[in-house]
Amino acid sequence: MSVKKEKPVKIKKCLSDRIADIAINGIAVLMIAAIVYPLWFIIIASFSNPADVANGEVWLWPKEWVLDGYRELFRQSEIWRSYGNTIFYTVAGTFAALLINIPAGYAMSRKDMMGRKWINLYYLIPMFVSGGLIPVYLVVQQFNLIDSVWVMILPFSVSTYNIIVARTFFHTSIPEGLWEAAQIDGCGTIRYFFLFALPLSKAIIAVIGLWTAVGIWNSWFNALIYLQDESLQPLQLLLRRILISNQSLLGAATGEMAADLRRVSDMMKYASIVISTVPIMCLYPLLQKYFNQGVMIGAIKE
Amino acid sequence: MKNIQAATIQNSTLCDMKKIQTATIQSSAWRKGIKKSMPLYLLLLPSAILLFCFAYIPMYGILMAFKDYSPTLGIMDSPWVGLKHFRQFFASYQFGITLKNTLVLSLYGIVVGFPLPIALALMCNQIRNLAFKKVFQVVTYLPHFISTMVMCGLILIFLSPSTGLLANFFGLFGVEIPNFMASVTSFKHVYVWSDIWQHLGWDSIIYLAALSAIDPTYYEAATIDGASTMQKIKYIDLPLIMSTALVLLILRSGSILGIGFEKVFLLQNTQNALGSEIISTYVYKIGMKSFQYSLSTAVGLFNTVVNLAVLLSVNWIAKKTTDTSLL
Repeated sequence: MSVKKEKPVKIKKCLSDRIADIAINGIAVLMIAAIVYPLWFIIIASFSNPADVANGEVWLWPKEWVLDGYRELFRQSEIWRSYGNTIFYTVAGTFAALLINIPAGYAMSRKDMMGRKWINLYYLIPMFVSGGLIPVYLVVQQFNLIDSVWVMILPFSVSTYNIIVARTFFHTSIPEGLWEAAQIDGCGTIRYFFLFALPLSKAIIAVIGLWTAVGIWNSWFNALIYLQDESLQPLQLLLRRILISNQSLLGAATGEMAADLRRVSDMMKYASIVISTVPIMCLYPLLQKYFNQGVMIGAIKE
Repeated sequence: MKNIQAATIQNSTLCDMKKIQTATIQSSAWRKGIKKSMPLYLLLLPSAILLFCFAYIPMYGILMAFKDYSPTLGIMDSPWVGLKHFRQFFASYQFGITLKNTLVLSLYGIVVGFPLPIALALMCNQIRNLAFKKVFQVVTYLPHFISTMVMCGLILIFLSPSTGLLANFFGLFGVEIPNFMASVTSFKHVYVWSDIWQHLGWDSIIYLAALSAIDPTYYEAATIDGASTMQKIKYIDLPLIMSTALVLLILRSGSILGIGFEKVFLLQNTQNALGSEIISTYVYKIGMKSFQYSLSTAVGLFNTVVNLAVLLSVNWIAKKTTDTSLL
């Protein structure tokens, strides 16, 4: 007796589904190309002879490898200084923001806090009403924060949005029983927060920390208004001079020198994009799950 | 807290003795509660102080919009001029241009930028190969992390009329492209579509989350009934992510006059200014460049008030018609 092997039941896809499948994958591939190619182009352009790039002879790979752009860029003390400033603002600013927003989020998550509704309102109003550019500027001026590194770290570190995200996290992810048990054992609020709640909230600290860090790394407007002193300015403002105002860091030159200067300056443009963007880009795929998690938590409506 | 106590006391005067008694009991309960909440207030203190200094004190500066502010006199002693600065703004030829440009960029951005992330999420949800889906997601989210500054640099480099990537690409076919950055009419397209390039993937995350929350038995039932992919999208996916979409639409329309200052400011030049001057760049210019503090504050206030009004009315309409609301 021969046993016929039973074939796995397969629901046959109808023609329209197969067409849809092909179309979807096709569009997806095109979109990946549309995003990856410009980024790839910047990288190869930073290693190429600018004349080749301008003449459209560089498409997928540098025609000849030239490292002048990076060499000149790294020789500029301004680059190092502004890079250092940005790193300092990012680290200090992120630290301050966590120190300020996470405890606030925890406090807001506690239903037994007196006057919770009013405090909530106090935090929500600035989201919708602001004094505007000039009034804020004048206040910062009165606090003597113009041209001070503190202006990049403290005044605008409160983020109601992040406080709400943290509040939602403490609400949903930390069981209330824990607080009750700790209370019975004589543990006060502050101690409970630092000893129990914080260690359980590494995920939310990572999310808010990363968001804040990316935000500070990429920001420049506050620096533009509040920091006139060039030695304090962050990398993004230096990029503004290189990329938007089209200034050369190498200064002006005349005659034969000018053409060469133009050439190196063009290469420095691409190189500066690469060195300012690569740190964030490398960080991102590794931390993607945290970023996504943050969006989800933020999306939960209470 | 004082507000609440005051309110309790005020209420109690209107009522009879019995109520007064409960009120006293309540107010002692209040005191106890406040004492118990002290440590929580302590945790809130740093953020509350910063908000007070840098969000609430500047609100008092809004008064400047109604005065002829002079730095030597200060806000309080500067002469009151009522609506002079508002009238000046409404009468100026800048008013029409900035309002129009702000609305055009913002509405164009919503018309394109609202449905596309939904489409992308629906599409991504249909990709069967999980590894490919992962790659697709990572790549589409990636541009979101490019800073506005670098993004504008990229736009200027790629669109450069003679030597840019786009010009070289079209040059292969012998087509010459115009200088997009010097054109008043093409500014909005550059602005909106570069935004799509940068944020499309990121904006779709929230819809993907909503889609992943859909009960798979719906799809199983639909498959058994012979529904095609398109039908599943139309009758299962779309209706179930509608409420998410609506909330996001409300949020977005709330900032209809508040579109990003940074990108417009960086891409602006004298040639495209007629198409790129928006309210916030104008506020910056008259405030920080020509030091007309009062006028700048007035224009900014106009912007805030319109934003708030739009947000509240869209929220109200959505509540009435679909039971979805924000506030």
